Amino acid sequence: MTIRSGLVTGALLGAAWMVTLSVTVAVALSFATGGAFRPSILLSVLWGAVAGAGLVARPGREALGAVGAAVLVLCLTPLGPMRAGPEVGWLASGLGAAILALSFAVAKRPTLTDLVPGENDRHAFEAAVIRFLTGFGYIFFTAIVAIPFWVMLVTSTKNRAELVSNPLDLSVDLSKGTELFRSYVELFADFNFGTYLVNSAFISVVTVLVTLAFAIPGAYAVARLRFRGRAAFSRSILLIYMVPMIVLALPIYITFSVTGLRNSMIGILLIYPVTTIPVALYMLQGYFRGLPAEVEEAGLMDGLNRLQVIWKITLPLSLPALASVSLYVFMIAWNEFLLAFMLLDDPSKFTLTRGIASLNSSEIPRQHLMAGSVIATVPIMALFLGLEKFMTKGLAAGSVKG
Amino acid sequence: MAHPSETGTPSTAPPTGRGALARGEARLAWGLLAPTIAIVAAVVILPLLAIFWISVKPVKLSDLRAPELVLREDLRGLDAPGDAGIWRFRLRNSSPDRALRGVSFSDTVPPGLTLSAVPEPCALEGATLTCAFGEVEGGWRERIEIPATAAAAFDPDLDPDDVPARITAQASSVLTDATFTLDNFARIFDGEEFWSVLYATIFYTVFGTVGAIVMGLFAALLLDKSFKGQGILRGLYLFPYVAPVIAVAFAWIILFDPFSGSANALLIQMGVTSEAINFFGERPLALIMVTVFEIWRYFPLSFLFILARMQSIDSDMYEAADMDGASPFQQFAWLSLPQLLGILSVLFLLRFIWTFNKFDDIFLLTGGNAGTRTLTVNVYEQAFAISNIGAGAAVAVVIFGCLLLFSAFFFRFISQEEGL
Repeated sequence: MTIRSGLVTGALLGAAWMVTLSVTVAVALSFATGGAFRPSILLSVLWGAVAGAGLVARPGREALGAVGAAVLVLCLTPLGPMRAGPEVGWLASGLGAAILALSFAVAKRPTLTDLVPGENDRHAFEAAVIRFLTGFGYIFFTAIVAIPFWVMLVTSTKNRAELVSNPLDLSVDLSKGTELFRSYVELFADFNFGTYLVNSAFISVVTVLVTLAFAIPGAYAVARLRFRGRAAFSRSILLIYMVPMIVLALPIYITFSVTGLRNSMIGILLIYPVTTIPVALYMLQGYFRGLPAEVEEAGLMDGLNRLQVIWKITLPLSLPALASVSLYVFMIAWNEFLLAFMLLDDPSKFTLTRGIASLNSSEIPRQHLMAGSVIATVPIMALFLGLEKFMTKGLAAGSVKG
Repeated sequence: MAHPSETGTPSTAPPTGRGALARGEARLAWGLLAPTIAIVAAVVILPLLAIFWISVKPVKLSDLRAPELVLREDLRGLDAPGDAGIWRFRLRNSSPDRALRGVSFSDTVPPGLTLSAVPEPCALEGATLTCAFGEVEGGWRERIEIPATAAAAFDPDLDPDDVPARITAQASSVLTDATFTLDNFARIFDGEEFWSVLYATIFYTVFGTVGAIVMGLFAALLLDKSFKGQGILRGLYLFPYVAPVIAVAFAWIILFDPFSGSANALLIQMGVTSEAINFFGERPLALIMVTVFEIWRYFPLSFLFILARMQSIDSDMYEAADMDGASPFQQFAWLSLPQLLGILSVLFLLRFIWTFNKFDDIFLLTGGNAGTRTLTVNVYEQAFAISNIGAGAAVAVVIFGCLLLFSAFFFRFISQEEGL
């Protein structure tokens, strides 16, 4: 009996699946109902191994049904892979047991196909392991990404009493109706979030425009024109891209304090584009290089000068790249925190990120902080999901900073 | 097109010099680059030079406000024509410890007022009173009282501030004078603190980078097949990277709060721990948590890069390997990994530098407490929390030095690895 023997593989993968699923279902149900669901790792390993080995020995629908039923029944006894706490009602615990049983049956069957009870070849064994890892990966990544986002969303809809009474409860009480959005209403009515939203949008848009105005000619020169020092120049762009903001922030703070540019939109608008021009230039020149030079040469032959070629031929051809660069620059400006935090003191000039930072105080309830976070997150996420194709391409193309 | 220098002197050798066309092209190129170079120089190069300058100056946060000469004037005992009273000036240096040079003021004598005797260091010239004090110390205060008599033309309601005195004073700024010190560097390299900062930086950078790349590789392997909903999942997995750092950092803080956080409630009722864990407030857990946050936030970036490279790998190779009986793990280890090695190492270097530079995340999560103070957080801590700008700049110089080292390595490497 080696590890590739069907029964051993089945038992191991069964145990791994059962542990994964009982933890997942317990966490999901705890958050959804606020009740206590407790996975038992030891019992999960035991029952998962038994079920896995059994399913390899007897593949087929009946065995699968039997395993599902067994898991369901076990979960309702104290010996199950997942137990519901005493305060959880029978309906919820029954539902939890059913979900676990069903998900185990659904996950287990495809994982173990092709495995024979005796010795398996590497192919079948590794394929089964990979199927488990794939399933585990989807659950794992979805959970780690979704949980913080969900916490943000749900916390913003609660009031102080609800937050303290049961921190485990992450369900949304829909019966509250419009009361759910109270924090949002208060933020816009009493905390100036409307102004911050407008400020952020304005600053981000201007940053995009200024960045493009500088980066397009620069990128074209680096991509197409031959001049001495071209290689050195494109390297120094990358180098500048690597200078940490905090190093620059200190002298900028001093200069702005002395010259009175601190606490002004103009000051922010002077700095933001410079932090994004190197990125934009780098992304754009990569794209320009990929365009066919023949089209531009034809334009030159027909009597256009270089600037006309850029305007009439290169730019229309690079609209997708311009879109992704714009989105990316918009995202940087929208999310920027450090400079806004250091340079802005006057609430009427705050950007959203600076506004959220000002909500971080013990006097302001946390649902406001989370509602502010949602207000800042939703526009950029919506923009991003709507234009996802451009964005992923742009991010991947531009060796992007973060 | 004919090379201009060649015309008239036919030669079989190819042109070697730089012709008019090439010169024109180079001129245009520099013209197109000039605005970028100018603005980048102003906002990046100048501050970098400034950092070096400040790092050897004893500058405190309070020094940023220049000392000023403050002057108040009033008329006393002059309520009606014929009264004899005084015209009084009170002056002081707003800074308690820094000198002002060339201090003087001048003022117009109010109409109808006759000054009897003008005290030192003042002088009366026509209707203009001028007093010059030269250089004055920090915390200097002076009072000038000039006896005066009101004539018939004197208006008793007159406020002497209506015609304000013209004051001149030059402040000597620590930023521009010639005092230099190495105290800043001595201070930051001194003692245990530096080693703990260095340790936190290295831990955070190494594990944050490696973790994000390993997780990104895993996520890329998951999404490297097309299925329904792949686009949605990809969008979802990018959320940590796309959302504003301040939003996700506060979401983590609330999720892991020791008193009302869901994570603690979950762990307690699952029996993993009996009392609440202060995730962001205990050594060494806080450092591990900020590193985990870094991995969580930046795995999407690695996954995008790796996925883009994966999708450009020729699939014929895998079919051939399949025919030869290579198992899935063997295919991954001997086919995929070597193909991905280039992008993985470029990614490692880039992420290493950027993680090293990271400030916002740790600043928002822990504020640099509980053993999470990295070099970048230390810049802020020294400059603003301790109000010692000079020491903050010294830390920034150290960061910049490390950065140059990394970049030298990076460029040596990237010239072989033209992946990006």
